[in-house]
Amino acid sequence: MFDPIEVLSPSVSDLDDEAYSLDDFEGVDSRWCHRCGNNAILTAVQKLCAEEQLAPEKTVFVSGIGCSSRLPHYMGTYGFHALHGRALPVAEGIKIRRPDLHVFVTTGDGDCCSIGAGHWLHAIRYNMNMTVLLHDNQIYGLTKKQVSPTSPRGLVSNTSPHGAHLEPLNPLAATLGMSNISFVAHAVDWVPSVLCDIIKQAFHHRGLAFVCIMQRCPNYLPDHFEEYIKDPERMVLLTHAQGLQVEDAVAKRFKHREEHDPRDIDRARELANNRERVPLGILYRNPDVLCYEDVRAGVEHLSVSDKISALEREFDKFTVQPPS
Amino acid sequence: MNDSTAVSTLNDDQSSPVVAGQPQVRRLRDHVIEIISDSGEGAQKCGQSFASIAAKMGHGIWTVEIIPAEIEPPARSIEGASGNRIRVGSFEVANGGDEADLVVAFNEQVLLGRVRTGALKPGCIILLENKWRHHQDLAIVAAYTSTYDKLVADGYRVYEIPMEQVCLQHTSTPQRGKNMFVLGMLNRLYHQDLELAREQVAFTFRSKSADVVDRNIKLLQAGYDWVGENLDLRFEIPSAKREQAQIVVSGNTSLALGIMASGMEICAMYPITPATSASHYLSEVFENVGGLVHQAEDEIAACGFAIGASYAGKCSVTITSGPGMALKQELIGLAAMAEIPLVIVNVQRGGPSTGLPTKVEQGDLLQAIFGTHGDAPRVVLAAATIEECFYLPITARKIAEAFNLPVVLLTDANLATAQQPFARPRLRKDWFAAPVDQSAIPEGEAPYDWDHTTGLHRRFTPGQPGGMHTLTGLAHDRKSRVAYDPATNEEGLRHRSLKLAAFQKTLTVPEVCGDANGDLLVVGWGSTKGVIEEAVEQVRAEGQAVACLHLTYLQPMASGIGDIMKRYQQVMTVEMNWGDRVDDELIDSENRRYSSLAWLLRARYLVDVDCWTEVQGQPLKPRSVARVIRNKLTKE
Repeated sequence: MFDPIEVLSPSVSDLDDEAYSLDDFEGVDSRWCHRCGNNAILTAVQKLCAEEQLAPEKTVFVSGIGCSSRLPHYMGTYGFHALHGRALPVAEGIKIRRPDLHVFVTTGDGDCCSIGAGHWLHAIRYNMNMTVLLHDNQIYGLTKKQVSPTSPRGLVSNTSPHGAHLEPLNPLAATLGMSNISFVAHAVDWVPSVLCDIIKQAFHHRGLAFVCIMQRCPNYLPDHFEEYIKDPERMVLLTHAQGLQVEDAVAKRFKHREEHDPRDIDRARELANNRERVPLGILYRNPDVLCYEDVRAGVEHLSVSDKISALEREFDKFTVQPPS
Repeated sequence: MNDSTAVSTLNDDQSSPVVAGQPQVRRLRDHVIEIISDSGEGAQKCGQSFASIAAKMGHGIWTVEIIPAEIEPPARSIEGASGNRIRVGSFEVANGGDEADLVVAFNEQVLLGRVRTGALKPGCIILLENKWRHHQDLAIVAAYTSTYDKLVADGYRVYEIPMEQVCLQHTSTPQRGKNMFVLGMLNRLYHQDLELAREQVAFTFRSKSADVVDRNIKLLQAGYDWVGENLDLRFEIPSAKREQAQIVVSGNTSLALGIMASGMEICAMYPITPATSASHYLSEVFENVGGLVHQAEDEIAACGFAIGASYAGKCSVTITSGPGMALKQELIGLAAMAEIPLVIVNVQRGGPSTGLPTKVEQGDLLQAIFGTHGDAPRVVLAAATIEECFYLPITARKIAEAFNLPVVLLTDANLATAQQPFARPRLRKDWFAAPVDQSAIPEGEAPYDWDHTTGLHRRFTPGQPGGMHTLTGLAHDRKSRVAYDPATNEEGLRHRSLKLAAFQKTLTVPEVCGDANGDLLVVGWGSTKGVIEEAVEQVRAEGQAVACLHLTYLQPMASGIGDIMKRYQQVMTVEMNWGDRVDDELIDSENRRYSSLAWLLRARYLVDVDCWTEVQGQPLKPRSVARVIRNKLTKE
């Protein structure tokens, strides 16, 4: 759906007068660990904001709790660092009557897939126009190395000293199994150009764009993603005219490439479920899914007098006149 | 009319109708009437219609819904009574009164349920459907006759009435039509205006065909006529003089109207009894004033959604009941910490845990004030009347936005479903919200520029240029930067707490009802106001020097309450939450757990406040409270 407010927002109309640079999107200095994958994600979103010339005051980064959820503090935009698991409902509330705001959610695998899992499922279904970045490092970092729902079976942590007991939850497959999905992509922090491209497409998607990002935790799981980084057999790059288009120089780094039409939900699910060779790119995109805020937009620009008249009509229904 | 014995107006074979002479009219100050049936037989519609007519005639009314716990309890079950209690008076009725004076029952089993819960006055008049006496199932006949005999033996004045049999002359489905027949009966019994009743029936069935309206008006007439020919009972309750137009709604509808008038545009909720009916009505009409009801995936999400919307400039409300309130507590703490306006309505029910979902209790006062980790100051206020259910959401939003904090509004299951007329409000433009502030923030201003005296600060809303900051639930400094240093943490706690003091300075001393000083002060809060005041009036009429004080603001409390308490020999709260009974063997002054308000008063004012509580899931009765007051006066 076409949203006139976004077109008229200062981020576009003021372009000639005032250009935002990367500096405008910097908040306080990042306190993440050296080589933490979150830094790559932060750079990618700052780059996006600058490229898209988003007005910092019209942009809100919402997060829950966890390492990833510190991201809003490092932005120069508005930010809402909420409670563990509760970023999505807060983001929905922000968006519901403020279509002029660009809403981003940054969340982690514990935040989104464990304590906030119920909200995740429903946020996908509400399909509100926002970009959701799941920083999936497959471990609890802030609380110092506990097993997460996305930790692989056997992973040794402080709460699984003999190895994780269960098969991991697959966020991509789970999301693709939900109703009303409209955008699902998978990225990795160590291929920043593809990460940036995906985040850009996610931002331009109208609806909830869910981007799951494999994110390295150098402190607690230092070599955890090495197999994906080093073994070309473990990843497949998805490209398509309707999806990701990648420069040859980047594409060449991938032994396995697939032309995947993001409208093909069945193939998207197959790709998501293949844990031997994880997909990189846009798995699914459907711009025609209804957005909750559009369905619930209601009557615009009611004056106070209109509201008073409407309420008087309600009073009429319940009014008892004095005995004549 | 015979006052001392039970009378049956019809013999078993129904061949000899009782000839009614010129019935004597008994003039009453007030009467409590119950109409009860199996679920789905329309007793509620009958009761509500009867109450509306009474209100139109200028009577004071208070109605209480009688609701079974299940949606469709089995027919003819003791637990299954569904219907309405209506107290009609010649004065402004402010509570449901004592036991019932007259009960209309569609079967003897639901009646038995009410008898066993003590809902009937000794010698209560019972108008009972008698079709069960002729039922083909002999077990039913036996149940009916034995119950009937027992009721008569116990002194109830039972009138057996062939309701469905008479209705059959006007409808092929008498089970569904007899509620209007009963309305006609009551109309005659209570000297109501028949024309008003016709209008009421037409209004009730306004969405149905003309045939349906017509049939129901005939049934109404049939009931009216039947009483004229067969019953020698008549009551007359003088109506109160009234000049103003009034609104007749339940507390939950009143609450929804208040939310609409408050300027709040978003209500985020999750279904929970007994709060949900407010959201039902709001869902129907909120959009007419630009509002929106969001049914979230759970209670926590509803609160998060409301906080997000408030943060973005649209002050929001979340409506819930005790269990949902408990789930929202962590987010209420966030709203307190990050200083986001938020209104939480808690329509209290019996607890703990799932407790008594459909029944009344005042068990959530302490969780409303203290119920989250750390110090999370919020304002707590409680509605005492149906009218306050309308006005307090407006006040709550103003406080939430002026002081940037959560405001909890407590109502309860009693107010939620009760109806009581109040003066039609005059709407004010300043109740509605101003457009979201999108002006630029002057350079150098910080998002938490706390005023050293009041703790207040100007909140920055997304969209305001120059106001960019990251709001956080972590300890933070004036610039909203995460700060773990000891001084900054204390600075935040101090300023958030000061706001309550600043707000408290705006409150006026609450008024005492009754003697300005004397032997006993009864303190209450919430829906018990009408009952306590009536009880105090009863005891005062006997020459005792007592008074009552009802608190709207529970956190913070207004100045002057301590001074008021000092003017009385004794102070006691009357509440509907648990307080240990002093006559229990193990209970002494060192271990007694007081009721909620008593705890608060004792802690703040160092006064030896006693408490009396009842937690039976039923509204308090004026007579019981009057008895408690008398006992308290004689004991000491």
